[in-house]
Amino acid sequence: MSGLDREVHIEVHDLTMAYGSFVIQRDLNFKVRRGDVFIIMGGSGCGKSTLLRHMVGLKEPARGNVYYEGVDFWSVEVKEREAMMRRFGILYQSGALWSSMTLAENIALPLEEYTDLTPSQVREVVSLKLSLVGLAGFEEFYPSEISGGMRKRAGLARAMALDPDILFFDEPSAGLDPISARRLDDLILELRESLGSTIVVVTHELASIFAIGTNSVFLDSETKTMIAGGDPRKLLETSHDPKVRSFLTRDAPEERSD
Amino acid sequence: MFMDPTGRTNASEPGFHLARNGAGTLLVRLAGSWTIAEGIPSTAEIAREIESDPRIRRVIFDTENLQSWDSSLLTFLVKLLELCRGADVEAVRDGLPAGARRLITLATAVPEEKGARRAAGTETFLSRIGAGTIGILSGATETLSFIGETFLASLRLLRGKARFRRCDLTLLIQDCGAQALPIVSLISVLVGLILAFVGAIQLRLFGAQIYVADLVGIGMAREMGAMMTAIIMAGRTGAAFAAQLGTMQVNEEIDALRTLGISPIDFLVLPRMIALVLMLPLLCLYANLMGILGGAMVGVGMLDLSVVQYFNETRDAIRLTDFMAGLFKSGVFGILIALSGCLRGMQCGRSSSAVGLAATSAVVTGIVAIVVADAILTVIYDLLGI
Repeated sequence: MSGLDREVHIEVHDLTMAYGSFVIQRDLNFKVRRGDVFIIMGGSGCGKSTLLRHMVGLKEPARGNVYYEGVDFWSVEVKEREAMMRRFGILYQSGALWSSMTLAENIALPLEEYTDLTPSQVREVVSLKLSLVGLAGFEEFYPSEISGGMRKRAGLARAMALDPDILFFDEPSAGLDPISARRLDDLILELRESLGSTIVVVTHELASIFAIGTNSVFLDSETKTMIAGGDPRKLLETSHDPKVRSFLTRDAPEERSD
Repeated sequence: MFMDPTGRTNASEPGFHLARNGAGTLLVRLAGSWTIAEGIPSTAEIAREIESDPRIRRVIFDTENLQSWDSSLLTFLVKLLELCRGADVEAVRDGLPAGARRLITLATAVPEEKGARRAAGTETFLSRIGAGTIGILSGATETLSFIGETFLASLRLLRGKARFRRCDLTLLIQDCGAQALPIVSLISVLVGLILAFVGAIQLRLFGAQIYVADLVGIGMAREMGAMMTAIIMAGRTGAAFAAQLGTMQVNEEIDALRTLGISPIDFLVLPRMIALVLMLPLLCLYANLMGILGGAMVGVGMLDLSVVQYFNETRDAIRLTDFMAGLFKSGVFGILIALSGCLRGMQCGRSSSAVGLAATSAVVTGIVAIVVADAILTVIYDLLGI
């Protein structure tokens, strides 16, 4: 099945993001299809993470809508929206693990809250999730006792706790060494292949963008809107926009002589 | 539910049927919707089957009737594979969904790190006592070393060699002084009022209600003014110091100071200590006046004393020494609050919960130190006849 045949899973329509009167991005329009690894890219400070916050329900848009399987996310009742949010798994930039809980407790919390599993079954699922991210045996560790890369993987295990439909990653490779970053990319691809999940990744790491991305949107901080979109590899070949080209080829744009 | 390999969405209970496929092969027919919401079936029946028939050497799977699956199936399969490994039975994964096969491979790809797993609840009573004692000793060493470093920093300050930003000191003085006035006013007036009220009931029995002014004046000047101000500041400012320094510890800001060659004691602890040592006696003086005002409210309102009478009696009762005794105490309390707040902040771990613990610990340490110091100073004053 080609990418375009797959059903639209997420649709962002005429979205404008603003803090008060300060507009961050305006008129964003794009579709994410089921099973996509969708990259939100752009330079630092262009509003990538803010867009993610709008998509996962942490910040309401100034204008526009976000649809999940055709349902307007911001127009439904709060309870329905919360139920939709439970189908998301989110890996925050720092892992965002709860520091007063062990890794096992971090992953167990959503399972205890939203499933009828017995404590021993919860423990088994927790062990499975930690094994999937290569952290078998670290159940009783606190977040402060493990490295940044491990915290990120544990954060991913927590994000996967409820077997979400959509996984959101905010700068997954930031602060990781190239090998750990590559492993995380492989893990993202494996999850997509095995689970058929839709994955949305905010990143500006070129290696990750080309390794995992199947579709993308490029946000520009100057014009405050999206200036390109599509398969990142094709974008590299076909885009004539100097900002997109310089970003994807890692070349500094030429200085004006005047 | 994130996957539905067959495209069917009718959820039904997860389950399996066991059948023999030849003498040595056990066929596990998985059926229904294997999702977390439906629960995880037990592997006990398969374990019993394998145990009861030693001829079983292979387990194979049939997923024709499997509707959808998620971690529920994976958890079941991982457990079953472990069971097969333990019983030396080959588990053939070919019949499983491709995604599940890949995820099982992923889950077993990284072996468990040796020594990582922690046994829960294996500590004996004696080892707990030992660990507690070592903790107390190392805590005492840290405290002493912190006090020593702060003392050395104070000497550097006297020599004009301590490094901190003057604007930080100004802001801290404002925070520890002017901004604490509303809460100090409220508490001090109420304490004066309570002292006068309790005294009035007793003294009125003897017709000695005028001595309420003496009771409140001396009580506030020597003891309650300094003590109440210190307790308020331990809760308000001591906790804030611990939380500020604790957060700086979490964000590696203190490490950044150290690597720049700037002593965090000079840069962070000294200005906080100076601010509190300067401001606490002033707040204490202010609290004394507010307490006397609270006493006067009771004296004038309940005991039919005139305002002039009340203040004349107060003036006659309090000596300058009483005021100085209270002010000296408040200076000492200021040092103790700053030390306990900063010590707990500097000892803070690198997590958000550690910051909360540091703030709590700073208040507890501060209040205990204040009460102990007050008792010691009261005995010393008594010995010196002050």
